[in-house]
Amino acid sequence: MRNLLREERFSIGTIIVNTLIIILISTGVIFSAVTALGLVRLPDVYTRTHAASKSSTLGVLCVLVGTFLHFLLVENVFNTQAIIAIVFLFITAPVGGHLIGRASYMSGIKVAEETVRDDMGIAIKKKKAEEK
Amino acid sequence: MRTNDVMLQTATKVVTFIILLFAVHIFFAGHYTPGGGFVGGLLTTSAIVLLMLAFDMNTVRKILPINYVVMTAVGLLLAVGTAAASIVFDVPFFTHAYDYFDLPLLGETSLHSAMLFDAGVYLVVVGVTMTIIQTIGEDE
Repeated sequence: MRNLLREERFSIGTIIVNTLIIILISTGVIFSAVTALGLVRLPDVYTRTHAASKSSTLGVLCVLVGTFLHFLLVENVFNTQAIIAIVFLFITAPVGGHLIGRASYMSGIKVAEETVRDDMGIAIKKKKAEEK
Repeated sequence: MRTNDVMLQTATKVVTFIILLFAVHIFFAGHYTPGGGFVGGLLTTSAIVLLMLAFDMNTVRKILPINYVVMTAVGLLLAVGTAAASIVFDVPFFTHAYDYFDLPLLGETSLHSAMLFDAGVYLVVVGVTMTIIQTIGEDE
């Protein structure tokens, strides 16, 4: 009984599956940490939403894919809710970042001093001139 | 200046259906796994509120011409009716019953009268939360 368990634990398939899951979840955790670092270090709202919406989405997706694979391959459960969560986050998180950035620009928050281009400001000015 | 919310509206059109499907899933899964009428109702409400955020309250009212006060009443009636139906069979109030049925598409399914009660809870939750949000959200 004990030997059988040990053989199962060290078979090639189990090793590959475990390695895959560990790599995926570690990637997700690293990306989430990078997100937090970006939120602290970046200068203005726009670069911060950039960090928060991009890398945190990828980080959470990696963690979710890792847990999904764990439940599928190790526990033999096909977890539909994980798939729904992945699709849902993939759609909504970037849209949320976009809306935060847009709303802060519209309410007049200045961009950082290092900025070299501001296309949105030019577009808004043109639109306002057209309407007048 | 007119606001440009194509991004939000397009995402809402996709996401609403995911939320609604997930709400139905949560509602029916409530008997054996976490979920049930309350969470399902709240999820449905969140889908409708998302529609209201992305579009307009009047547009949503045109899409879903539901009187939510009536919906609450129907839910309460359904819940009380399910509980009261046990009186007909000469058993105590709120006694539930279940049986296995052969449905045409789903095969052998266990149908429990607690699901009717849960449907009542679902309707009440959706009705009450939507009434609250609509009355707060209206300007007039």
